[in-house]
Amino acid sequence: MNLRETAPKLSPEQYEKNFAESPPAMTSRQAAIEAARCLYCFDAPCISACPTHIDVPTFIKKISSDNLRGSARVILEANILGHSCGRVCPTEVLCEGACVMHEKQEKPIEIGRLQRFAVDYVLDRNIQLFHAGQPNGKRVACVGAGPASLACAAELAKFGYLVTIFDRNELPGGLDTHGIAAYKLRAKDSLREVDLIRALGVEFRQNTTVGRDVLFEKLEKDFDAIFIGIGLGETWDLKIPGDELDGVVGAMEFIEPTKTRAFKDVPVGRRVACIGAGNTAIDVVTAAKRLGAEQVHLIYRRGETDMPAFRYEYDLAKLDGVTFHWRTQPTRAIGQDGKVSALECVHTRSESAADGSRKIATIPGSEFIIDVDLIVRAIGQKPVTQLLHEVAAVALRENGTIAVNKNHQTGNPKYFAAGDCVNGGKEVVDAVAEGMAAARGIDAWCGSPRAKQA
Amino acid sequence: MADLKTNFCGLQSPNPFWLASGPPTNTGGQVMRAFEAGWGGAVWKTIGDPIRNTSSRYGAIDLNGVKMMGLNNIELISDRSIETNLREITEVKKRFPKHLVIASLMVESKREVWQDIVRRAEDAGSDALELNFGCPHGMSERGMGAAVGQVPEYTEMITSWAKQVAQTPVISKLTPNVTDITRIAAAAEQGGADAVSLINTINSLMSVDLESFAPTPNVAGKSSHGGYCGPAVKPIALHLISSVAKKIKIPIVGIGGIGNWRDAAEHIAVGATCVQVCTAAMHYGFRIVEDMADGLAAYMDDHAYGRIEDFRGRAIPNVLDWGDLDLNYKVIARIDRELCIGCQLCYAACEDGAHQAIERADATGGGKKNTNGMGVHVPRIIDEECVGCNLCALVCPVDRCITMVQVDTGLPPMSWKQRTGQAG
Ligand SMILES: Cc1cc2nc3c(=O)[nH]c(=O)nc-3n(C[C@H](O)[C@H](O)[C@H](O)COP(=O)(O)OP(=O)(O)OC[C@H]3O[C@@H](n4cnc5c(N)ncnc54)[C@H](O)[C@@H]3O)c2cc1C
Ligand SMILES: Cc1cc2nc3c(=O)[nH]c(=O)nc-3n(C[C@H](O)[C@H](O)[C@H](O)COP(=O)(O)O)c2cc1C
Ligand code: SF4
Repeated sequence: MNLRETAPKLSPEQYEKNFAESPPAMTSRQAAIEAARCLYCFDAPCISACPTHIDVPTFIKKISSDNLRGSARVILEANILGHSCGRVCPTEVLCEGACVMHEKQEKPIEIGRLQRFAVDYVLDRNIQLFHAGQPNGKRVACVGAGPASLACAAELAKFGYLVTIFDRNELPGGLDTHGIAAYKLRAKDSLREVDLIRALGVEFRQNTTVGRDVLFEKLEKDFDAIFIGIGLGETWDLKIPGDELDGVVGAMEFIEPTKTRAFKDVPVGRRVACIGAGNTAIDVVTAAKRLGAEQVHLIYRRGETDMPAFRYEYDLAKLDGVTFHWRTQPTRAIGQDGKVSALECVHTRSESAADGSRKIATIPGSEFIIDVDLIVRAIGQKPVTQLLHEVAAVALRENGTIAVNKNHQTGNPKYFAAGDCVNGGKEVVDAVAEGMAAARGIDAWCGSPRAKQA
Repeated sequence: MADLKTNFCGLQSPNPFWLASGPPTNTGGQVMRAFEAGWGGAVWKTIGDPIRNTSSRYGAIDLNGVKMMGLNNIELISDRSIETNLREITEVKKRFPKHLVIASLMVESKREVWQDIVRRAEDAGSDALELNFGCPHGMSERGMGAAVGQVPEYTEMITSWAKQVAQTPVISKLTPNVTDITRIAAAAEQGGADAVSLINTINSLMSVDLESFAPTPNVAGKSSHGGYCGPAVKPIALHLISSVAKKIKIPIVGIGGIGNWRDAAEHIAVGATCVQVCTAAMHYGFRIVEDMADGLAAYMDDHAYGRIEDFRGRAIPNVLDWGDLDLNYKVIARIDRELCIGCQLCYAACEDGAHQAIERADATGGGKKNTNGMGVHVPRIIDEECVGCNLCALVCPVDRCITMVQVDTGLPPMSWKQRTGQAG
């Protein structure tokens, strides 16, 4: 990335402070007090609100009785990535959103932080809670080493399958390691969690792109079933003049170095503009600010109330001092010696179309220019289509996601799929829930008696 | 404005709040600070031949993150000389003539020894005397404390020795570690006591460290049974005070689990003239007395009680033998749909722990939705099955959500004694 002007570097302490875990881990005493607040509801609503149905009151009660190993077991049995989920889940709209405390006009129980507290206990002590099942002689390949594959692989390994994960990156973990905001989850913590799955005997083949370094044909020959958990592809283009300039990048290209490099080595412009207003866009603008960018602009073609980002993510960006441009659309990236130097934008308004639907129209003559050194596109990621459709003969839906049945089996019966590549991009916890369901689907397809009992 | 001044055996106490004999009343310096903070009286840490204490001495039980629900100690009486203690009593009385200083005493069970210490304490200026017949550990092994308080004859005898020479009121402090405390209280009255105070601490072994198997408080890996006190013991104190109040005529000083004005008011309602506090002062310091006085006065103002006598003992007639309770009185539980948060704790409690009288809502939650649009599972009481035990209301985490409402049985009141023809 070649930028016209980069933000001045901060001191190492300042970077650490800016990206410190937020909220911080609980002390034992804080956890004891918070756990005691839990009412231990019968058939609790938080359980159904969690996509992986973690038995929340049970794990919290175990924190109260100081049985932290048992608490972590309850969490990880339902969700092997309970460690990262405790940090990255949008709990406000999941378990904590369902907490009965809302009805009591009290603060909901901090389920996410308690979950982190319990799982940290076993990870910090290298306590291995699970073991590989009795080998059943069957082999499964998982493509991608993100949350969906990790959850599927762990479940299968516990059932007794020999699982090999193929991933194109140097480090496993998918977006947990490469994408999720550093203040929520550091790459090293994501990798600690991957070790839990490695310890179940799952083999990791990193730096291996399936479809190029290893062909699907080969996998079909060597494995009884193939699981696809490849997530999403490139960020959509802006389709404006200047898109190709140096310093116009996709969200992942900007975010990944914040996870895998020292903060001082992450390139960031003095002035940054981000296009889009989803949670990824919020991650971009907050990271840019925390890396030392002086002016950070968020540009969104609809209004403030239409923004798809969660409320608390938006609040965070506001606190970081980001400038928001609502009802604004980029029209042109302007360059100087091949490097981006400014972004031309235009104001928009929403209009009723002839058929009654609302559409966005630009307001002629309202163009204005913002000086920028870096433009980040955060308007969503494209699904990966070519690889699956043509090579693996897997059926896709119209929007490019993979079509699966309730067992997560694709149109090609040997192939199963889950995670972002199936749901079009949700949360880590959804990828885990689906990955585990796919593991049960694979187990059933491989003729396991377990499936018939269930 | 309510008047908190209390007449105790002819002595004027600025308010009914006294510090109980214990670590907060170890020294003159502490007692003076306590008076400045607002305590009306202080019972000095028990004076006698100085002892040697162990290290450590206290243990506690926490409940769900709340510290010190119950406290236990294996500490003995004062470890300072009798002379030092008496000299400091004199100093305190000089500076605070209107506050009550009560000397707590415990000596060998010999008439001359008791009578000598009584005279010396009075000479030093103490306003009253409290005879410690309660300490359940250590001292009892030496034939003092509970060893006296557990035997009615000894209690009566030693009380009468003190009374033979005492010029000031004599209070006998009772131990709860007996089968029938009213017999001991009656013996003290018989011996001439001007008042009794109760309860002293309850025999207990605080906890066991599951790694070392050392009980707590840990003294070189070992421990001994100690005295239990703090919030956890208030119900025991209320029971014992109310039973003693029915049995004897002399005033009672209430002790046990008092941490705020409500606890104190309850002690007074079952018959206490004044109250004593130890654990709460150890936990939070002397400053807690401010709200005790303030809160009690506000309560009395709200109820138009001008003086403490106006409500003292008002609960005693309502404490009956079980056989006198009305068996035809009936309540059943009612759930307030609006307040219900859907935790279903009442369901789990009644289903497994009571009388299977609560039905779960179906999956739709009976139509009630929470702020996030999710169903709230409001359970339903099956009136015919509800026996009115209170359990659901006790477990319900929402104030006033489950109430017990009276139902008319159409029957006149009838107690067990009436039913079995034993009513007298
Ligand atoms: C910027 C950002 C922030 C996010 N923040 C949050 C958050 O705070 N909380 C939350 O819950 N979710 C968050 N998400 C969503 C979450 O990261 C995803 O839902 C989740 O990671 C999906 O898991 P997955 O396994 O389906 O895919 P991924 O995590 O994308 O993993 C797919 C893996 O497959 C590999 N792969 C792809 N193609 C091949 C191939 N041909 N051969 C080999 N390997 C291949 C990829 O390199 C990658 O490692 C965020 C997403 C982004 C982009
Ligand atoms: C509501 C209630 C009723 C009880 N009834 C009896 C009884 O009928 N017979 C009996 O031996 N103990 C009875 N107990 C005492 C318990 O068996 C037990 O000894 C006591 O509650 C202490 O145990 P805990 O640890 O559960 O509190 C009763 C306890 C409760 C709370
Ligand atoms: S009062 Fe007792 S019996 Fe009646 S519903 Fe409540 S728990 Fe059940």
